[in-house]
Amino acid sequence: MHEWALAEAVISTASQIAEKEGIKEVTEVKIKIGELQQIELDILEFALSQLKTSKFKNAKFNIETTGAELKCRICENKWMFNKEKLDKDTAEAIHFIPEIAHTHIKCPKCGSPDFEILKGRGIWLESIRGEK
Amino acid sequence: MADPRIGIIEERLKGVSNVIAVSSGKGGVGKSLIASLLAVILARKGYKVGLFDLDFTSPSIHVILGVENVYPEEQYGIIPPQVHGLKYMSIVYYSGKHASPLRGVDISNALIELLAITRWNTLDFLIIDMPPGIGDAMLDIIRFVKRIEILIVTTPSQLAFETVRKLINLLSELKISIIGVIENMKMKESQLIQQQTEGRNITFWGEIHFDTMLEEAIGNVDKLLNIEFGKKLEKIVKDLKL
Repeated sequence: MHEWALAEAVISTASQIAEKEGIKEVTEVKIKIGELQQIELDILEFALSQLKTSKFKNAKFNIETTGAELKCRICENKWMFNKEKLDKDTAEAIHFIPEIAHTHIKCPKCGSPDFEILKGRGIWLESIRGEK
Repeated sequence: MADPRIGIIEERLKGVSNVIAVSSGKGGVGKSLIASLLAVILARKGYKVGLFDLDFTSPSIHVILGVENVYPEEQYGIIPPQVHGLKYMSIVYYSGKHASPLRGVDISNALIELLAITRWNTLDFLIIDMPPGIGDAMLDIIRFVKRIEILIVTTPSQLAFETVRKLINLLSELKISIIGVIENMKMKESQLIQQQTEGRNITFWGEIHFDTMLEEAIGNVDKLLNIEFGKKLEKIVKDLKL
């Protein structure tokens, strides 16, 4: 259900951008979501369909998922986040606040929690298109 | 193109009448204790109060208020649990007893995430316990919560007040409202902090003496309110007619 809050944020921000760019009817919204946050696509899509305002009535929401790549700041090792390696509570904590990854995940090579999230953190509004 | 979370922050705080960040230039001056008890005192006066621990790397409100075994409810976002008559939100629900080694960019991201997904609904006061100094959390709160008011906590030490002076200067330059200054852990009579505060046209909320009973009252709200520390803070709130 956390997806609803994010969907609301997408609609709100896309509306603000449409307003700023003089778009009267939005036709496409491109959204990127990162695997680290483990957003449930079905719920997000349903929430977007329920929360969209009249400006979005014919809009297509294109959602692209990207893998989460992490890079250790100590040994420069790069690795991909894998949800399957986490227990349920840890996965859920990271779902709410992806930065909690630093509490529970360590570099598989050197064991450091000091890593960078190179890509695939959370939700991102990539672009909107529409008719002016 | 855009981080959608940022656009929803104002909406999430729409129902909150006053947002007060309890801050200081230095750590260890009693910010968390004052933020926690101020929130409890306001809640006991009948106000709707939220308390948000923004000290992500060293959260301590759960220890001060003796909070255990409560978690936010997930409902179209997250709803902070009720604790001692107020809504309390903290990263500690997710980090537990583990350390949260976060760099600046991570602190900003976690802060934006929580501001974007936490549903405070209607509140008279949202009290925010800030980490010490003028770092990412302070800059982000100023950036995202335009109507923020800052309550500054200092001790009589010139080391603490030197950093507070810089904080006051910065906030004044940025035209951020400083709601008041509290002088905590006072050990001998001196008007210096009060004079310096009032000399800058900032309200001096009052002074709280060093309380030797404080340590053993931590974790018990009723005890905290019954020692000199709590009684004095309650008097400050009463005198200010908050």
